[in-house]
Amino acid sequence: MSTVNTVVLGPQDRSRRTGWWGMVLLIVTEAMIFAALLSASFFVRANSASWPPAGIEPPDLGRIGVFTLVLLASSVPLFWGEAAIRRGQVGRLRVGLAVSWLLGAVFVINQVLEFHDLPFRATDDAYASLFIVITGLHGLHLVVGLAMSVVVQLKAALGWFDARRHETVTLFSMYWHFVDIVWLFVFASLYVSVRW
Amino acid sequence: MTAVVADHERIERAWRDRPGLLGFFTTVDHKRLGIRYIVTSFVFFFVAGLLALVMRAQLARPNGDVVSPDAYNQLFTMHGTLMIFLFNTPVLAGFGNYLVPLLIGARDMAFPRLNAFSYWIFVGAGVFVSASMVIGKAPDGGWFAYVPLTGKAASPGINLDFWGLGVIFVGISTTVGAVNFLVTAFKLRAPGMTVNRIPILVWSYVAMAFMILFAVPAITVSAALLEADRLFDTKFYVVEAGGNALLYQHLFWFWGHPEVYILFLPAVGMVTTIITTFARRPLAGYLWQVAALIGIAFISFGVWVHHMFATGLPTTAMGFFSAASFVIAIPSAVLYFSWIGTMWGGRVRFTAPMLFALGFLLIFLIGGITGVMVASLPFDLQVTDSYFVVAHFHYVLNGAVVFPIFGAIYYWMPKMTGRLLSDRLGRWSFWTMLVGFNVTFGPMHVLGELGMARRISTYGNGLGWDTLNMIVSLGSVVFAAGTLMTVVNVAGSLRHGNPAPADPWGADTLEWSIPSPAPEHNFTTIPVVGSRHPLWQLDEDGEAIDGPAGPGRRGTPITGGLDTVHEDELVVPQPTALPALAALGVLVFFVGLLISATVVLVLGGVIGLAGLVTWGWRTDVDRPEVAT
Repeated sequence: MSTVNTVVLGPQDRSRRTGWWGMVLLIVTEAMIFAALLSASFFVRANSASWPPAGIEPPDLGRIGVFTLVLLASSVPLFWGEAAIRRGQVGRLRVGLAVSWLLGAVFVINQVLEFHDLPFRATDDAYASLFIVITGLHGLHLVVGLAMSVVVQLKAALGWFDARRHETVTLFSMYWHFVDIVWLFVFASLYVSVRW
Repeated sequence: MTAVVADHERIERAWRDRPGLLGFFTTVDHKRLGIRYIVTSFVFFFVAGLLALVMRAQLARPNGDVVSPDAYNQLFTMHGTLMIFLFNTPVLAGFGNYLVPLLIGARDMAFPRLNAFSYWIFVGAGVFVSASMVIGKAPDGGWFAYVPLTGKAASPGINLDFWGLGVIFVGISTTVGAVNFLVTAFKLRAPGMTVNRIPILVWSYVAMAFMILFAVPAITVSAALLEADRLFDTKFYVVEAGGNALLYQHLFWFWGHPEVYILFLPAVGMVTTIITTFARRPLAGYLWQVAALIGIAFISFGVWVHHMFATGLPTTAMGFFSAASFVIAIPSAVLYFSWIGTMWGGRVRFTAPMLFALGFLLIFLIGGITGVMVASLPFDLQVTDSYFVVAHFHYVLNGAVVFPIFGAIYYWMPKMTGRLLSDRLGRWSFWTMLVGFNVTFGPMHVLGELGMARRISTYGNGLGWDTLNMIVSLGSVVFAAGTLMTVVNVAGSLRHGNPAPADPWGADTLEWSIPSPAPEHNFTTIPVVGSRHPLWQLDEDGEAIDGPAGPGRRGTPITGGLDTVHEDELVVPQPTALPALAALGVLVFFVGLLISATVVLVLGGVIGLAGLVTWGWRTDVDRPEVAT
């Protein structure tokens, strides 16, 4: 009986397994959800006399600008930690995950506080509904990401990962980077573009 | 020899499900789940069919009083909702679940537990939506539930919430199913099954799954915003508060039109498979068919506004969408020439599955022609919301999807159950359905042109509609009788059908290389594919498909690269109840939303999360230490 011709794979190739493809496709369909929501926002805006509606100030850019940087910064330690585990450095992975988690949590806390400071409620008009539901859905994705991070951190603490076996880390960081990038689109559409 | 036998027993032991009820809830076997998907969706098919018969009883004569106008609204809404969301989409997912791994020589799907989750979510959504009928508060705003009619102001009852939440609910199942199909087709193909040797049926599922990933988010958003308006008083579609009612239609049809092809493409794959087998020759124009499938998938995203021609959009925009709708006729014609060419060069055997495929050719031709007619703006404005449109989309969605599905039952059931169906009764069923179908939906074209609007619960006499309506109603009974003949056939086959050989048809694809019914691990030896028609390749170049022995445990090869070579091994997880538990949590969560009970909602969320987190936790444990 012949043996199967097995190709020797590097660590990067091994991560392009079923899980990698599954996460890519999940991200595709999630991206479509945000694309649909942002398109909806532009569609309603294009059919409105003024945007935001008269009497509502566009959101302040200073505060959210700072926290946008915080959110983007949360991807950096994750890159660093993931690069470390590829060399088998579990300690650095744990640090990277923890710092990234903290930065993400800071952003979420600011979002919650900002919601309280908003001069409108989701039930006021279509503008308010769109703003709150889109930023809220993004925030929900972050909360899910933070929860996923806790699971990954627990696995890291228990010493499950090594240079070859860390698919969960790869998949989680793909998701986290995606949610970060989506924020740039949400930020550009709901905060920046309304000033023009 | 003894070594091989021992190996075989070891594999069978590794793949065996748990016995009894526990096995029912914990199985991750794509074949069991696939068959269950098909059976469950057929329950919805017959319920939705009964609703249609009640409607036809109401409309058989003028001034009908079988049901009240309110009940009639619920009837047509539920008929459409059940057929589209809970029959057509899941039944094709079921065939895909069963067939895709077998056609590519794999032992399971890429994510077996996700597959189980997808099925249980579908069941949950089905129960959720059907519960509305049990309590007599079924949705009544039409299957596409346009605002403002379906807004809280015009429809204050709970009825529409069953629809809005149910649509989001079942969308989860469709989406994760699509991810599963794609990864399975990408990474689990048997060694040697290069891109130009993938069976057309698998290609059609790939195209379908891509469309789902891009289209379903749109309906999820449209329904979620509707439910936000209804449950939480947001103002997305409330015009007085700056909302936009047309937004709903755009989002809905951005999914709605691709959805037609999401249903149609797998049906095309089935028809191609059946025609190739019974024409007994390789498919004519394989590459053209693949190109046509992908072309249709792309173009279908540029035609949604043809459902909105009567909404008063700018003419230029409508001109674009009208042109794009005409263009779809081109890849569809390519498919036709490919089928005709295959039969032309072959020697056709007219078995029951082949007859259903041929019936599809006729019906889809008519549906396609009326499709080109309604793609034309001036014509559409004349017949919009009339029975002409009802006739058109039943030719496409009923004729061009249900006939291939019945063909698929006759073709693949021997593999699923290990028993043959009666071909004679199958042919009777086909001819009865074909006559019933055309007598039902043919005259509707004329009724539409005579001015009969869709969704009216009754009509006065003297409008010239009486005779045609009576004919239509009689036709619907004939059609129903035709479908029942297949039910009788299936029941008879299960009780005393003749045992099916491994390959009763002389077919070309891999599922026929293994015994009927398929063993739990599918393939003992992993096939090595050297042609588009692996079971015919023996005749072509004398090359056997028998490859090396597969893994002796719950595993299936992962392949990749241009030459589709063996890369790694996918560890197939053990049976587990976690997917069913997570799906139960989702169901409880949606019930909580429906009745606006925070406690129930939170409880559902907790159950769902507990299931999902435990599942995620176990994922690494399941991976063998020897993986590297």
